[in-house]
Amino acid sequence: MQKKSPTQERLSRRWENIRRNWYKFSRNSLSIIGLVVICIILFFAIFAPFVSPYPESAGKFINFYEASQPPNFTHLCGTDAFGRDILTRIFFGCRYSLMMGVTVLLLIVPVGVVLGLIAGYHRGKWLDIVIMRITDIFIAVPPLILALAVCSVLTPSIFHAMLAISIAWWPWYTRLLYGIVSSLKDEFFVHSAEVTGAGKMHILFREILLNCISPILTKMSLDMGWIILIGASLSFVGLGAQPPTPDLGSMVADGSKYLPDQWWISVFPAFAIMLIVLSFNLFGDGIRDTLGVERG
Amino acid sequence: MGKTIKFIAKRLLFSVFVLVGLSILIFVIARVMPGNPARMALGARAPEWAVERLREEMHLNEPFYVQYYYWANGALHGNFGMSLITRRSVANDIKEFFPASLELALYAGIFMGIIGIILGTISGWYANTWVDNLVRIISYMGIITPSFVFAIFFVLIFSYVLEILPTIGRLTPGVVPPPSITGIITFDALIAGRFNVFFDALKHLLLPAISLAMGPLSQEARITRASLVDNVQKDYIASERSCGIPERTIMFKYLLKPSLIPTITIYGLDFASILGNAFLVELIFSWPGLSRYGMNAMLQKDLNAITAVVLVLGLVFIIANIVVDLTVGYLDPRIGLGVERGDE
Amino acid sequence: MSKPLLEIKNLHVWFKVFGGILKVLDGVNFTVRSGEKVGLVGEAGCGKTTTMKAIMRLLSMPPAIIPKGEILFKGKDILRMNQAELQQIRKEKISMIFQDPTAALNPVFTIGTQIQDAVRFSERSGRKMKKDEIKARAIQVLKEVSLPDQERVLQNYPIQLSGGMRQRVCISMALVSASELIIGDEPGTSLDVTIKDQILKLLKELAKKHDTSIILISHALGTVKNMTDKVYVMYAGAMVELAKTKELFAHPLHPYSQGLLAAIPRLTGGGIGEGIDGHIPEYINPPKGCRFHPRCKQAMPICKDKKPPFFKVSENHEVACFLFQNFGGDCIDK
Repeated sequence: MQKKSPTQERLSRRWENIRRNWYKFSRNSLSIIGLVVICIILFFAIFAPFVSPYPESAGKFINFYEASQPPNFTHLCGTDAFGRDILTRIFFGCRYSLMMGVTVLLLIVPVGVVLGLIAGYHRGKWLDIVIMRITDIFIAVPPLILALAVCSVLTPSIFHAMLAISIAWWPWYTRLLYGIVSSLKDEFFVHSAEVTGAGKMHILFREILLNCISPILTKMSLDMGWIILIGASLSFVGLGAQPPTPDLGSMVADGSKYLPDQWWISVFPAFAIMLIVLSFNLFGDGIRDTLGVERG
Repeated sequence: MGKTIKFIAKRLLFSVFVLVGLSILIFVIARVMPGNPARMALGARAPEWAVERLREEMHLNEPFYVQYYYWANGALHGNFGMSLITRRSVANDIKEFFPASLELALYAGIFMGIIGIILGTISGWYANTWVDNLVRIISYMGIITPSFVFAIFFVLIFSYVLEILPTIGRLTPGVVPPPSITGIITFDALIAGRFNVFFDALKHLLLPAISLAMGPLSQEARITRASLVDNVQKDYIASERSCGIPERTIMFKYLLKPSLIPTITIYGLDFASILGNAFLVELIFSWPGLSRYGMNAMLQKDLNAITAVVLVLGLVFIIANIVVDLTVGYLDPRIGLGVERGDE
Repeated sequence: MSKPLLEIKNLHVWFKVFGGILKVLDGVNFTVRSGEKVGLVGEAGCGKTTTMKAIMRLLSMPPAIIPKGEILFKGKDILRMNQAELQQIRKEKISMIFQDPTAALNPVFTIGTQIQDAVRFSERSGRKMKKDEIKARAIQVLKEVSLPDQERVLQNYPIQLSGGMRQRVCISMALVSASELIIGDEPGTSLDVTIKDQILKLLKELAKKHDTSIILISHALGTVKNMTDKVYVMYAGAMVELAKTKELFAHPLHPYSQGLLAAIPRLTGGGIGEGIDGHIPEYINPPKGCRFHPRCKQAMPICKDKKPPFFKVSENHEVACFLFQNFGGDCIDK
């Protein structure tokens, strides 16, 4: 048999790893349910304009003939006071929620991880102190409060909401990395890399970071749910996406005026929020069990 | 004891630093905002010269660090500026509204801690039986449901269906509140011996506190259960059994204490959840607390009030974390004793 | 021949796991007499600890299943005892010292709390002991394991003691609740070699002093050689050889025992010994017949089909191997 080149060896090992992890993950039926639900939500979110029954409902639309209908066969989740189809608006709402989660993570994970790496590696020196004290300032307030505060001083919009959540959430990644890196940096493999003259960048990113991937991935999967939840809370009070953009949180808020008679206007978006959080939670738990991250 | 005092002193000193940093952060963010706070305070119809006068007074035309200096100077003397909405000093507003939030947070926090631990413990002891499965499903539901959904749900049920619990405010209109000593109605009522007021206040506290507590309580239950299930397999439990220590003692003493450590450790985060979600829940239940005041301030861009509310809540959270850390240090000697190990 | 103190007869222990059933113990036979010191050797994973935990019913019953077998202590089957009788055995008669003393002590309680609870609940006559009685006994038992400054030790948490001290504390707790049998699961393995030596000597002295039987588990043959009267060799869930210690080391009969002993590097030269080819079998699908046959250089056809019983090669020596199926009395020097 032909010997593989080193790169091919590495790639095939990685593939083996992924296959093994998938096997482990798939044993847990709850995690699979989480993954399946996420995929379903993703599908409806991405293809919302095409698969939703009444795409016009997502924008400026009024149809008083169909307004305030309870769930029936033409409108599976009923219509709101403006005659807009709730199911459609939920699909679009999911779209914005997922987009929010992904964007926020894309912003905070690189920043938080890099800062945490640097701080942890230079533990005890001034770089560590500066970075971690700044982190402490940001987490002195509960994240929802900070996000609310930031959001409130900016004009309400979905982008500002994302910015606000990012400002409130990034320190947790720094903390996570700091904890891992400062314990790892005394391990032998780091010492040997240092001794053989490896550059700092190489050590940080190749040696240390590779070992942190599991906790980072776990946290990201679980965080998606929480970030979307915070986003819904922000828009519940009117600080997120503005009307007529459909947003799950604001839909619950709007619908609360019509409770309990027109219950469907609030209830279905609320269920949608809960479903998203549930599926990311199940998925994240599965990731955690698969990658074997220590609890707590 | 001396070590504990040193620890508290260090943390308090540190929190001063953090609060200063936080104030700068909020200040910067607030001043970044486009728009004219003075104009907003006076309204669209106020004449230009009045707006300009107010801008002078609020030092809005001066460089940032000067503005911060004026604000910080005032803050150190307990003057957080004027609220644009209530038109009173923010400090007074805080004095008025803070006790209500504190009371709510306290009850929610206590409820969350006790019920969470009890549920988690039962779940852990009877692991993998129907009791356990039931509790786990309920906890999951609790975790994924946002506080505001619980709040709306309760308002719905108790306002329209079962009218047995009140959903608005702290006391039924008509009930005279007790003389204000702590500002916490339940305590004040007990001190004054007015038991009917006490019960009325308690009734009003019930729904908002439960709305706030449900999510974190489920987290606590989950962690406690996981911890119990983990620890029951540990060697030290087997060792204690082999020494003839009875099962009851093991369950209630030797298994429970180490298992509570992760639970208490995340208590801080769960309390953060309570403080944060209070903003929405107080709004829904018309609870006259600091969070509702802060929420209104945020919606109307009342900068002085926003800054002050964030700082006050930050302080509360910092103190809560200090208490949590002390408790963990007490429970877990590995942390409490620092680096006094025998063979390092 | 005196009646045996502990007799394990044909013990099977299975574990239900995700992929199926792990048939770990496959008919274990094991006997300890009063005052005897018995060694149990075998490589990691062969089922030594499982057997010992089964004796004290410390296995979590799901996932563990015990489909067959008896564990007789002075004639009574431990597996069928009710909770009260089991408690009595645990608190008065048998005790176990675990492999890792750090894991075997509850980290959030002081040593004093743990020892004094052990003392309090192992009170023979069932009466309530007074607080100072309990404390006095705790101090006495700490003295017995040569721990200095007993008062301070009682107030310390496990984290504050060194590894050797923790091991001694574990031994002292075992002493409190065991008058007849102490099971030592690789005591001292996680410690410095010199400290391990002290610990083993201590165990020997205490056993002699209190006239207690000992079961000593180890994967290190050297440990067993100095400490025991007779030795069992275990492989993949069953005993394969039983002999008086001197006899086993001089004339190992089972191919596995021979391989084990050959693998020890000798001070007198000869280099590092060879290992044994292969690895322990998967318990989910163990080999039929003799579990060692896939690795055995002398395997015969019958080894693949039937499980070998013990053949008595001599008064002091029994082997579970079909190589000796014709033996019934004479011991042939190999």
